[in-house]
Amino acid sequence: MAATSGRLLGAKIWSSSWAKMVQCASSPVPLMPTSTTATTISRSVHQSAAVSAQHWYPDREYCLKRESGVLLIPEDPRQPSGFVTDPSTIPRVSLTDFPEDAPEKFIKNMQLNFGPQHPAAHGVLRLVLQMDGEIVARADPHIGLLHRGTEKLIEYKTYLQALPYFDRLDYVSMMCNEQCFSLAIEKLLNIDVPLRAKYIRVMFAELTRILNHIMGIGTHILDVGGITPFFWLFEEREKMMEFYERASGARMHAAYIRPGGVHQDIPIGLLDDIYEFISKFGQRLDEVEDLITTNRLWVHRTENIGVISAVDALEWGCSGVMLRGSGIKWDLRKSQPYDAYLVRMREMRESLRIVEQCLNQMPEGDVRTDDAKCVPPSRAEMKTSMEALIHHFKLYTQGFTVPAGSTYTAIEAPKGEFGVYLVSDGSSKPYRCKIKAPGFAHLALMDHIGKNHFLADIVAIIGTLDVVFGEIDR
Amino acid sequence: MATTYMKLFSVARPLASHALKPAPLVANGQLQLVRHQSGGEYVQTNPFKDVPTYGELTEKMANTLFVTELTRGFMVTLGAMFKEPATINYPFEKGPLSPRFRGEHALRRYASGEERCIACKLCEAVCPAQAITIEAEERSDGARRTTRYDIDMTKCIYCGFCQEACPVDAIVEGPNFEFSTETHEELLYNKEKLLNNGDKWEAEIAANIEADYLYR
Repeated sequence: MAATSGRLLGAKIWSSSWAKMVQCASSPVPLMPTSTTATTISRSVHQSAAVSAQHWYPDREYCLKRESGVLLIPEDPRQPSGFVTDPSTIPRVSLTDFPEDAPEKFIKNMQLNFGPQHPAAHGVLRLVLQMDGEIVARADPHIGLLHRGTEKLIEYKTYLQALPYFDRLDYVSMMCNEQCFSLAIEKLLNIDVPLRAKYIRVMFAELTRILNHIMGIGTHILDVGGITPFFWLFEEREKMMEFYERASGARMHAAYIRPGGVHQDIPIGLLDDIYEFISKFGQRLDEVEDLITTNRLWVHRTENIGVISAVDALEWGCSGVMLRGSGIKWDLRKSQPYDAYLVRMREMRESLRIVEQCLNQMPEGDVRTDDAKCVPPSRAEMKTSMEALIHHFKLYTQGFTVPAGSTYTAIEAPKGEFGVYLVSDGSSKPYRCKIKAPGFAHLALMDHIGKNHFLADIVAIIGTLDVVFGEIDR
Repeated sequence: MATTYMKLFSVARPLASHALKPAPLVANGQLQLVRHQSGGEYVQTNPFKDVPTYGELTEKMANTLFVTELTRGFMVTLGAMFKEPATINYPFEKGPLSPRFRGEHALRRYASGEERCIACKLCEAVCPAQAITIEAEERSDGARRTTRYDIDMTKCIYCGFCQEACPVDAIVEGPNFEFSTETHEELLYNKEKLLNNGDKWEAEIAANIEADYLYR
């Protein structure tokens, strides 16, 4: 880049990383050119940019017209070749024109710290932005403010004790994380789960997906300036947290889906109320769609912002909504597509259908496997049978042992592929538990897709990514 | 590899594909299978069109001019104004709680007044947050009882494993969720505080256990 500017003006260059100052002689120069040339040039310069900002760079006519004066040439980070003019036609200025003691000046772009206190930072994201005027030249996400060492802690907990930690990873899709961990353990134990437990798991996983997308879409719209859908959707979220509470006893950190099934059977009447809920939730979604989907303010703020091509989405390790939003048909559950917001809306409708199917087909029966060596007995059994009591004591102190082996188990979590790589050494505690969080890969994209957008669009992009720091920092 | 990329770019959104300008792979909006270098196959799901038809242009213009979508949005918000508010007047009204709710801890007693806890330390062992500390000694009458039963409520993660583990239903997570304090020290519960909680909430706790007996 330095070479470009140098060739253009033949001037001595003191370069810093972000801008160049070419000193010629005296007065500062107004940087607004006359109309026609400017528009043609910026159009050709910006052909690949996702921003419609107009930015003028000195062109050939301008250079010919000028004779002296300090000229500041900002580089266009989007266009490595810089100018469109043929450099050989530019008049060269002799280096002797410059005084030896010309002051050197380094010009650096402003660094802006976005978050972690900023409400649009979705928790504790710290984004260090290199600003070029109002345009972001570089976005550098800093993580670790919510790091709790979950993976290491899990190595010192029994499998059951490690379970509540999974609620606290992606703390808006609790049961999905639990399910992933439970599936990994079940794979290592090589046990199967009763059909009813499977149905309950799927039903709650899909409710969790709605829960997550409500949060994601609500805050995304809130970030770009609309508070109404946030309130409407949170009313629905409250109802689902009540379902959580009725099944597990906690509104968020359920610890409900356990290795071997679920903790307790769902209480009488819960399925009726869930049916009542899902039969009406579609209307709430319609309201939000009427208000938002085609709303020009929303469309202007989100369309063509943070576009990621299919090939980039693949190579940066996107999964879930981000991948489907880029146009690829990919789903670990089955296979579905479109734009992040639209994908989430459609996913919620799809979840409603899955929940309905679960309700209709919910079989009767046990909710936990009958393997006494890994699932604690029911309380009634524990209080009447000596053998059950012994198992109870054994399972709540030492825990169950898992045969040595390793597994990578992944699920289609609301945010993408949530995976657990679990290594067992045959003891009752995991030897290693690596958690693959979808949000981490998506946040890594921040620089790639946030570059050359306006600062205000960064907020919209963070909203699209649907980052939650519980899982990113772990 | 270049051709693969060209193909994949065609899968992407119109804007990104504009940069490379590949020949349109998608004829008449038909879905097409694209193979990635990793070997995976992907189906293009949103075929893009470069040139909108006149019909589409007219519709778009009409929507812009007559602000149809904004009007629709305003009508939805207008409708919401006549709905019943979803909020409740919290300290005076409270939301429903299920019998399984896991709130503030309590140590229960038998009807005779004898404390249930036999200091088996299962809760201490299972607690993932290591919030429970128990010390035990033989009492003068020969019964095994705790001399110390502390729960650090600021460490507790309210997972409910202690009440699951307890073989005598002594430690329970009751229905109380309003126990915030102004200092950290007040949340370091000792045995006395926990037993007092048990006495205070016994009616509710017993009713909850009774209501949930089918599932326990």
